[in-house]
Amino acid sequence: MSDLTEIRWHGRGGQGAKTAALLFGEAVLGQGKYMQAFPEYGPERMGAPVQSFNRISDGPITLHCHVTEPSVVVVLDPTLIGAADVTNGLPPDGIIIINTDRPASEFRRQLGLNGQKLYTVDASRIARETIGRDIPNTPMLGALVRATKLVNYEDMIADTRKKLEAKFGSKPGVVEGNIKAIQRAYEEVTSG
Amino acid sequence: MSSSVKEVVRKRIALTGNEAAAWAMKQINPDVVAAYPITPQTEIMQIFADYVADGEVDTELVTVESEHSAMSACIGSEAAGARTMTATSSQGLALMWEMLYIAAGLRLPIVMPMVNRALSSPINIHCDHSDSMGARDTGWIQLYAENAQEVYDNVIQAIRIAEHPDLLLPVMINLDGFIISHALEPVEAFTNEEVRAFIGKHKPAYSLLDVDNPITVGALDLTDYYFEHKRSEVEPMLHATDVIEQVAADFAQKFGRRYELFDEYWMEGADFAIVVLGSTAGTAKVVVDELRNRGIRAGLIKLRVFRPFPHKQLADVLSGLKAVAVMDRSEGMAGMGGPVFHEVRSALYDYEPRPAIVNYVYGLGGRDITLNHINTVYEDLMDISRNGKHAKGRTTVGDLVTYLGVRE
Repeated sequence: MSDLTEIRWHGRGGQGAKTAALLFGEAVLGQGKYMQAFPEYGPERMGAPVQSFNRISDGPITLHCHVTEPSVVVVLDPTLIGAADVTNGLPPDGIIIINTDRPASEFRRQLGLNGQKLYTVDASRIARETIGRDIPNTPMLGALVRATKLVNYEDMIADTRKKLEAKFGSKPGVVEGNIKAIQRAYEEVTSG
Repeated sequence: MSSSVKEVVRKRIALTGNEAAAWAMKQINPDVVAAYPITPQTEIMQIFADYVADGEVDTELVTVESEHSAMSACIGSEAAGARTMTATSSQGLALMWEMLYIAAGLRLPIVMPMVNRALSSPINIHCDHSDSMGARDTGWIQLYAENAQEVYDNVIQAIRIAEHPDLLLPVMINLDGFIISHALEPVEAFTNEEVRAFIGKHKPAYSLLDVDNPITVGALDLTDYYFEHKRSEVEPMLHATDVIEQVAADFAQKFGRRYELFDEYWMEGADFAIVVLGSTAGTAKVVVDELRNRGIRAGLIKLRVFRPFPHKQLADVLSGLKAVAVMDRSEGMAGMGGPVFHEVRSALYDYEPRPAIVNYVYGLGGRDITLNHINTVYEDLMDISRNGKHAKGRTTVGDLVTYLGVRE
């Protein structure tokens, strides 16, 4: 289990934190690794802070407790910073990826990072321009893959396309928009 | 075909526990399914209803107005000779209560995924085992799953177990609410043809609809014969462990995955062990691995079958240990711990020597059970093995029950 990677997604109800974890889990499985993907279930309201999780390993995963010390944190909504403890349990060699249009340096101070790698991308703008709505979950998948290299990028795109086609087969625009969003975030994410 | 199937490298697909249960139901293709929604089970019936709507199954889906009606519909349909399934959780199982006894008393092999969730009050949607443990004396066979794969495999095996001519008993397949029901995990699934070949055709011995061979179902039975009939209901339970093992052996031969009444994890050479069921067993395995790496002789028993209770088989494995901790995800309200503890302890009573045995009630209402929690249980067991009692005063043999992870 030494190769176990744990990811925590922070979002607000409606932003697709659960779907992002599920899509990422499928992509991981598609590459022959083992994975879990699960949301935290609480009061489910639009706009309320929510979390979801991934576990990734080269071998079977038997853990079924909560994820408390993730090595990667993805923040779908920058207004959660200050409202939710997004760096809780993140080790000094951890990675945090934030959807924001503000400069990374602001967050580095605000979050009191001590060695963690910080990545930022304006996933909301990318989502508006590609999907037509501010649903930042799929672009953040692209940013996650670029920042962590946990899965092969091209294979992940192919897997996600297949999954989206199964779900939105009658709406090809949705599939193309989401794939474009992932690709753009992969290109545009920057390390700060 | 059976000898070559084992060699097949099966594709792993991503399914939640609920999806795995629904997928198995689709492959079983029951004649009748009764459906009523309740969190966290609802998804199973929602997904299955899609299979019905899409023509992927031939099932007659009966949407009813309560779980009491769901089980009533299952009883009627199974008595008519139809292979029948439903699924429920928590309050839904509680509302079925009187019908659970009737299903078992009439020897109707109904199969039901049961997504474990706490019982009100207070209202809570998360996992514990209060619901299924409340139904332990109803005459249903109970299987428990650690993960989505075991949910899938148990649902398929349950059909064979329930319909075995020596049993004809209803089977409940338990899975932990949200922790398993809503978590996506890799599952190796079989083809529809493989599953249908494994379960075979339903061949009910009697049918209400067989007008040439009329039978009475649900007769009045007072002081004259009720007792004999209840006594006869125990008989199949006495053979059920054999049947469950036979079905598991056939499953292993066909599909390559082996199931037992309970799993022994690092029990060889163990000085002490935890007994637990459900998803927590997976978390506990990680702790056992770490302890064994440090040379500590810790073991784990994962109970798969709780009804019938494999008392002799368990006692044979546990009796030589120094100390045993039984973990219950429900409270027995007896003032002496939970139901799994009572039964494991009772099973060991006649053995000499027998281990010190303590109980940990944990995870009620979905409270997280962490590696640290399980580690403290093993630390207690080490102390008890050495000193006969716990050094830190948290638990002693005389003080049987510890509430793990509760604020007091």
